[in-house]
Amino acid sequence: MQAFKLAWRNIWRNKRRTLITVASIFFGVILSTLMSSMQDGTYSKMIDNVVSFYSGYIQIHHPDYWESKSIDDLFVPTDSLQNKLSDNKEVELIVPRMESFALMSYGLSTKGGMLIGIEPEAENELTKLEQWVKKGRYLTEKDDGIIMAVNLAKNLNVQLGDTLALISQGYHGYSASGLFPVVGILEFPSPAMNNFGTYITLDRAREFFSAPDMVTSMVLTVTDYDEVYPVKHTLEKQLGQNYSVMTWDEMDPVTKQMIEGDKGQGIIMKGILYILIGFGVFSTVIMMIAERRKELGVMVAVGMRKLKLAKVLFYETILIGVVGVLSGFAVSVPLVMWMVHNPIPLTGEVADIYEEFGMEPAIYFGADSMVFLAQILIVFGITVLVSAYPFTKIMKLKVTQSLRA
Amino acid sequence: MNVIEVKNLEKTYNDSEVQVHAVQGINLEIEEGEFTAIVGPSGCGKTTFLNMLGGLDQPSVGDIRIGDTLVHELKPSELIDFRLHNIGFVFQAYNLIPVLTAKENVEFIMQLQGRDKTERDKRAIDLLTEVGLGDRIDSRPSRLSGGQQQRVAVARALASKPKFVLADEPTANLDSKSTETLLDIMEKLNKEENITFIFSTHDMRVVNKARRVVTLEDGKIISDERK
Repeated sequence: MQAFKLAWRNIWRNKRRTLITVASIFFGVILSTLMSSMQDGTYSKMIDNVVSFYSGYIQIHHPDYWESKSIDDLFVPTDSLQNKLSDNKEVELIVPRMESFALMSYGLSTKGGMLIGIEPEAENELTKLEQWVKKGRYLTEKDDGIIMAVNLAKNLNVQLGDTLALISQGYHGYSASGLFPVVGILEFPSPAMNNFGTYITLDRAREFFSAPDMVTSMVLTVTDYDEVYPVKHTLEKQLGQNYSVMTWDEMDPVTKQMIEGDKGQGIIMKGILYILIGFGVFSTVIMMIAERRKELGVMVAVGMRKLKLAKVLFYETILIGVVGVLSGFAVSVPLVMWMVHNPIPLTGEVADIYEEFGMEPAIYFGADSMVFLAQILIVFGITVLVSAYPFTKIMKLKVTQSLRA
Repeated sequence: MNVIEVKNLEKTYNDSEVQVHAVQGINLEIEEGEFTAIVGPSGCGKTTFLNMLGGLDQPSVGDIRIGDTLVHELKPSELIDFRLHNIGFVFQAYNLIPVLTAKENVEFIMQLQGRDKTERDKRAIDLLTEVGLGDRIDSRPSRLSGGQQQRVAVARALASKPKFVLADEPTANLDSKSTETLLDIMEKLNKEENITFIFSTHDMRVVNKARRVVTLEDGKIISDERK
């Protein structure tokens, strides 16, 4: 108690210096929290985009499908398989798909594109596909029609109501061909998807590819992002080697790499910030010791053990850190929460780029507990590290030399 | 009864390639209740001698016995505890802890000794009253004059109930009125409570009050007079 009281009073001996040091920690915590929150929000949005736009969090495939992308590598979603998937409490949605490439012809024009067989309602629940219908209508459960991406429709000169001829390779060498009336035109935010995406019902796709009851993938969503990997591991154990279980980042390594690369940049920026905080505290501690050398010598001379004195200085450093961290935390929590609910809108070319990647043009913030906790722990760790300096200075203190200071 | 016994005390500093003999073969006995001034010109070894008596510096050669303890044989941590329980210090520049009040400064030593709060409170107030600062117990050092600060330092030195008080030039920074007050207080404590005081000083007012004057020159005692 004596040590703590002394420490608390000592840090306010030079109020201005202490306040400047506390302020450097305070702003450092706010900045690093905002930076982490922005990263967290942006990454979550990117992952959400990937997941909700197409891939889901997890997909089940034939073991060879992802490498071959062949229509021959299909599987039957048996009741046993579906039960295993739906029995997992963390699995939210199970959406079957059959997808392959096909040649699409209208008149004299022929283009290649992705043909995706879907269960319209389930698919819409996962990807909100219906919202991208620009002209015409969305597919119904028993639909014989096709909905297609806007650029593909333009390139083929296809209008609503026109009939598209599709040719492809069917299951196990069957030839696949069929006529599909265009019932809807889709305009995605992503230019890539606008060039080749076409959708028919899963039943029609199975007929087209001569693959009754089969699918290329079962797309899953889970209740929480943190459950993705535990669910993957559980399913891998349950399903064995007959199926491949892939997570969103295995299917979309580019996005994953973008996030990792950005995280690396963030670490460098935050590292610089932490170094500045560390040196701010360190310079204060150096000054605190230098100007009190004689006083410290007197305290040891009159009978204060060095370890006890070192404890006082340790408390002083920690108190400065704690005051800075807590005040920074107190301000950053409401600030981040406000930012989470009020993303910063982007305009101009940056907004266009965001839209091209299918993202809403705004800077998003996240409020994961680690966003706050990490800053508290790191800055606290820095002050603990800095407090090693006064500790060693006290243990090496020579009383007679200090008294002459 | 001797409080301090010093035998063949020497202190040599190795300053680069030159050896400085700060203290050379001092023998001295100080009895309980003595009021002793160590005098001599600057550089004669007064402070070095006092530092060794106070266990702040180690002798190169010789023995220092305080009570039954050979001080120079103690380990550094034992020495700190020994000082806490046996020696009171008064420094030239007062050296109070600036963030503590007068009472807290006096209590500080007793707190280090592990005494309970009631005893600490009572003794701190009694001592401050004895040095004439009963009305300033809650003042921080910055609110006190130099003379008042030095009186708090005396109260602090006495707080641990030491075997003796070492005062290194205690009046050097004081005006004559403060010096007179401080010396009167120390003389009174010495006479009424038999507290042993050892001063190093240049100040003739201190020398005049002392009942024993030990004069050093070139690290040696050249005279030892009892009045």
